[in-house]
Amino acid sequence: MLERLTQFHGKRGWLIFGVLSLAVTVLIPVLNGLPKSFPLSVPDSMIPLMGKFLCFGMAAIAMDLIWGYTGILSLGHSLFFALGGYAMGMYLMRSIAGEGVYRSNLPDFMVFLDWKVLPWYWHGFQSFWFAMAMVVVVPGLLAFVFGWFAFRSRIKGVYLSIVTQALTYAAMLLFFQNATGFGGNNGLTDFKRLLGYSLQAHATKRALYIATAIALVATYLIARFVVTSKLGRVLRAVRDAELKTRFCGYESTRYKTFVWTLSAVLCALAGALYVPQVGIINPSEMQPSNSIELAIWAAVGGRGTLIGPLIGALFLNGAKSFLTAAFPSAWLYVLGGIFVLVTLFLPRGILGLGAFRRLRRAAASPAEATLSPVVGSAPAPSEAAVPAVAVTAAAGGEVPAP
Amino acid sequence: MDKRTRGLARRALSTGLLLLGASASIVACEKEEAKPAAPAAPAPAATAPAAPAAAPAAPADDKGPIKVGILHSLSGTMAISETSLKDVALMTIEEINDAGGILGRKLEPVVVDPASNWPLFAEKARDLIQNQKVAVTFGCWTSVSRKSVLPVFEELNGLLFYPVQYEGEESSWNVFYTGAAPNQQAIPAVEYLMSKKGGGAKRWVLLGTDYVYPRTTNKILRYFLHSKGVADEDIMEKYTPFGHSDYQTIVADVKKFAAGKRTAVVSTINGDSNVPFYKELGNQGIKATDIPVVAFSVGEEELRGVDTKPLVGQLAAWNYFQSIDNPVNKAFIDKWMAYVKKNNLPGGDKRVTNDPMEATYIGIHMWAQAVAQAHTTNVDAVRQAVGYQHFKGPSGFDITMDAENHHLHKPVYIGEVKADGQFRVVWKTDGPIKAQAWSPFIPDDKGKIANWLYPWACGNCTEAKYK
Amino acid sequence: MLSAAPAVRRRRSSSPGWPGLLGATALAAFLLTFVGGSGGAGRLARADALEDAVKGLASSSGETIIQNITQLSKLGDPRGIAALQALTDDRLRAGADGKAWIFDSKTRELVDPLTGAPASASAKPAREVETDNDIRRAAEPVLAELQLGSPDAAVRLGAAQELGKSGSAEAGALLHRAFEREKDKGVREALAVAVARVDVQSPDANLRLSAVQLVTKLGNDQMVGEIQRLLAVGPDGKPAEADERVREEAKYALKAIESRRRLITGFGSVIHGLSLASVLLFAALGLAITFGLLGVINMAHGEMLMLGAYSTYAVQTFFQQHAPGAFKFYLFAAIPVAFIVTFGIGVLLERVIIRHLYNRPLETLLATWGISLLLIQTVRLIFGAQNVAVANPDWLAGGVELVRGLVLPYNRIGVVAFVIAVSIGVWVLLYRTRLGLNVRAMTQNRNMAACVGIHTRRLDAWMFGLGSGIAGLGGVALSQLGNVGPELGQSYIIDSFMVVVLGGVGRLAGAIVSALGLGIVNKILEPAAGAVLGKILVLGFIILFIQRRPQGLFAIKGRTEA
Repeated sequence: MLERLTQFHGKRGWLIFGVLSLAVTVLIPVLNGLPKSFPLSVPDSMIPLMGKFLCFGMAAIAMDLIWGYTGILSLGHSLFFALGGYAMGMYLMRSIAGEGVYRSNLPDFMVFLDWKVLPWYWHGFQSFWFAMAMVVVVPGLLAFVFGWFAFRSRIKGVYLSIVTQALTYAAMLLFFQNATGFGGNNGLTDFKRLLGYSLQAHATKRALYIATAIALVATYLIARFVVTSKLGRVLRAVRDAELKTRFCGYESTRYKTFVWTLSAVLCALAGALYVPQVGIINPSEMQPSNSIELAIWAAVGGRGTLIGPLIGALFLNGAKSFLTAAFPSAWLYVLGGIFVLVTLFLPRGILGLGAFRRLRRAAASPAEATLSPVVGSAPAPSEAAVPAVAVTAAAGGEVPAP
Repeated sequence: MDKRTRGLARRALSTGLLLLGASASIVACEKEEAKPAAPAAPAPAATAPAAPAAAPAAPADDKGPIKVGILHSLSGTMAISETSLKDVALMTIEEINDAGGILGRKLEPVVVDPASNWPLFAEKARDLIQNQKVAVTFGCWTSVSRKSVLPVFEELNGLLFYPVQYEGEESSWNVFYTGAAPNQQAIPAVEYLMSKKGGGAKRWVLLGTDYVYPRTTNKILRYFLHSKGVADEDIMEKYTPFGHSDYQTIVADVKKFAAGKRTAVVSTINGDSNVPFYKELGNQGIKATDIPVVAFSVGEEELRGVDTKPLVGQLAAWNYFQSIDNPVNKAFIDKWMAYVKKNNLPGGDKRVTNDPMEATYIGIHMWAQAVAQAHTTNVDAVRQAVGYQHFKGPSGFDITMDAENHHLHKPVYIGEVKADGQFRVVWKTDGPIKAQAWSPFIPDDKGKIANWLYPWACGNCTEAKYK
Repeated sequence: MLSAAPAVRRRRSSSPGWPGLLGATALAAFLLTFVGGSGGAGRLARADALEDAVKGLASSSGETIIQNITQLSKLGDPRGIAALQALTDDRLRAGADGKAWIFDSKTRELVDPLTGAPASASAKPAREVETDNDIRRAAEPVLAELQLGSPDAAVRLGAAQELGKSGSAEAGALLHRAFEREKDKGVREALAVAVARVDVQSPDANLRLSAVQLVTKLGNDQMVGEIQRLLAVGPDGKPAEADERVREEAKYALKAIESRRRLITGFGSVIHGLSLASVLLFAALGLAITFGLLGVINMAHGEMLMLGAYSTYAVQTFFQQHAPGAFKFYLFAAIPVAFIVTFGIGVLLERVIIRHLYNRPLETLLATWGISLLLIQTVRLIFGAQNVAVANPDWLAGGVELVRGLVLPYNRIGVVAFVIAVSIGVWVLLYRTRLGLNVRAMTQNRNMAACVGIHTRRLDAWMFGLGSGIAGLGGVALSQLGNVGPELGQSYIIDSFMVVVLGGVGRLAGAIVSALGLGIVNKILEPAAGAVLGKILVLGFIILFIQRRPQGLFAIKGRTEA
């Protein structure tokens, strides 16, 4: 086991990892707990904000698993994020039965719809552990079924992206309907307590933040475990040359389905932690543009590095929060501009810059370091399922000369 | 582009991004620096502990400008409606400042863009109250946005003025509702359509966008219609999602439903969908004299972006129309057009005033009056002073804020669309009517009281808090 | 037209002898003075009554106006038509002299409602007469009654249809007379319906029967309420309708109405589906070209639609300000403008951004998404966040009634015709020109095409521009159908992708067939499942279909990627 752990990073990598995770999990909450007059103290309002960002970071790592390492661009991952969020939201709604505006056992939105009984799919959510199980099971099952059929039919590349986009769009339309029973456009909101602790109390928020930080660290470790294993190598092989991998005897469908389901479950967990910190879950979390933003976080940070998408998520969300306050009319320009410029000039993201070479090397596992840095920027031939493009295989990261 | 240039471009871009990120974090941290918290004014004994912990309210520093938060979407789907509210809020603040400000201090607006994103609304609200230390916030449009910021305002003891007509079923300690509750808009409209003058409708189509406001309003209306003897088979209820643009089938269904009995349509369709709906009515040859349609979300602003030919004669119910003829309204409109001209707002002289804008205007003035009266911006003190405030509204009446349920008393106007995009008033109440936060027609609401005064001190209860 | 009193004719007295002559003369004198005199006096009185009634239309009280409308109905004088028409059109003015004046929109002058003479200065300033639906509801049937005698058949037809909708029982006699006199077939049919509407409440059972029989024959659902009332059972258990035959016929009538409704709904769904399909096709055609021929996923494609719509708005504003006389034709100017604008922007995009991303379709997706955000925000800053109004030119307003009860609006017909024209144009371009030949070669094998001497880079730019240009044309069409706002494109992007993916890439026919299919299926599902569920089902179907047949309906034959 220990032997396996050393495969994750080199020594320097472990050091950096340790420092960062301690900073995130321990240092920040401690700084927040200090009296406000302390110069380095973290203000209270930052805690739920950073918790939100860390959830996005988890989702970005999940995205990297399938895009950076397996070459599947999914434009529907926000669906899994939202489903996890809804499962948590349903638990939170059930836990305040009788305390809503209408003082009824049913959630408020069911009362104003004139429903008299709880629908069958709401049963069981009064138990926290059941809800947690649903956070994992429902998105996981959906991802498994969809992925299995999609990969079996050899749908890939842009087709798969479009189909995943259609999937999340259809789900969003379904959830927007009040008749579906998930609160419609209002979503689930008005949460009061989690496991008995008031969600308004700062101590709860801090605890949620710590839980998110731990979950993030765990997600990172799990992802690292997967990519440094033999499975990870097969994934990279599938990304670079699926046909050849299949001919070598590897059943690519199975590998893809596995990593797809894993990534969906991680996303769902991120969603479940997101909801109590934000206080509302609503179908617009499922919209296709959220998925596209998820992909951009990964692209900006640097795909195929796990750390990169995390950085991308934190950076871009921080910029968005800042810009919507400072430049309300211009922030879309900045965001759109970043999209375009990063795709054009930084195909390997921020981490692809020369300046970060050391960090990348440190982050790479000892085994990886010996490989040439294939950080999936150019798609492998098998990725372009479009018949029109005769592919000049551009392995490696250079943009083909115009 | 050759390799060299590309490399240079790449480096330039990355440096730019890093600088942006660095400056963003520095500025963000600077903004986040907690000012030394001032001790809160001792809350009066009758203050309802609706908020679990009354966090320290606005700073007690009496110098310097008073910060006023403006929480309206400037991008995304709601930008269409909410941008005007931001503009009129800024105009009102400028008006108050030009008259000397309040308590000798100027008002400083703090505008943020929650981008039609509900979690972002909550985040921005928290930012405004905790970091920007605003004394009051004017904002929100959709019920979702209000519901997502409500816990924040209640937790941090902030003050929100909400200017849009809504479905009622709410009364919060921290919110003042300057928009209409259903009994100030929907019920009078239906009564008008039932009357001979309104067409004597016997069948009803309740058509709405699928979210809480139409759902709740239609529920109230259904119970109301039952109480007037209308059977369920004479009521058709249909919902379409936001942004729905193809009404061919629905209008055909309405035509079928209307064959044979006088029918009226009550439309709570919101936003963009109104245009294709009215166009389709025109396409299928339905005139206002055949099947009158009364809308609750179509005002002057929505008509601005629309070819009004198919809408002439259709109805809308509001508490204010730009076409109301009285000196206060004229002054209001003149001020607004001057402001538009001075600041070169897009749309120029085609800009209009509408009900939520008037509600924003009244709300800001009432708050300013309350602050002047209470001699402080402290939320608890101002809250007590806002109740019973009077203001001569552009709607032509003396408008009061009900201290009990935190809603405005508002008059009701019913207007017909004219070809120029304005409304002709065809019916109005004699004076302002009190809002009923809890509709007496819904069985679940029986006995519910919203009364924040002693001894009730609650927004949603059936018996007094203090005996 | 029908005067209240018959014209008096002088009688020539035949003379059966001089007492008879004296008596006849006396009789004649009597008749002349009293009847003729009273006729003359009556005519004078009637003219006064007419003037009073017309003057009363300009009252400030709604009740007074309605009373005067009823008075005009009693008088039955067709000279009252002009005033009533102006009242319903909001063109009636109350002069400062207390009289009613009509505002002539052509000459922009006030004219007398009875004579048409221009108003004197004492009439100004004139205020607008406030009408509301109540007044219009009273005025329209009376207007129709008066128009029944018009020499113009179209006017009579309109009047008959109006009375078929809202005629009162008092108009019954009038309608019968008009029906007997009527020669024009179309007007006769409409009058028959109007007459039936009155007759169904007649005390004569035979009249009632023939009225119900007419409804059975036509299947017209305007009278469904009355028919149902015939079949109703009173609180004492006795049926409302005494005559057995009428009851039987009423049952048949209801059945006929129902079956006709079903027919119309079905037919209507197909027509609506065609209309929806034409919109989808516009959105998808351009995408089929850029995606199919170039392999580029353009997430900014929806924004090209939006830019086309905004170009139309700009052209419309230009015409409104500088060439109001030619406003009818602004669409013809808007089409090339929209095409050029979007073509240009497409070529620009391709040159500056897309060409660097050709081998990386997924990156193209993301980059074009960023471009779409930029475009939306730019438009928002220039034109404002609010929707802008694009008016249908007059010749596109209204519709044609295919069958009774089904109206096909002209603007939708226009869009269908437009999309057919554009599709034909694109087909000709791709399959009958050299340029098209080159493009098809590039699609099949880009490298070989380059080897053979085809200028692939230039063609890339042009094809991308063409795809965007077609989307711009789609924007022109959309501006006539619905809203124009900065986020217009966002609602069409998913649907366009679905059409292209379903139809298969590389063939024009695929896009056309899948657009048609999706549009019609969507509209057929809608009445049963509701708009949203119908859309979800269609999306679900596509997702499943792609699993089975990933290359789409009409996949291009040739070397495809595995």
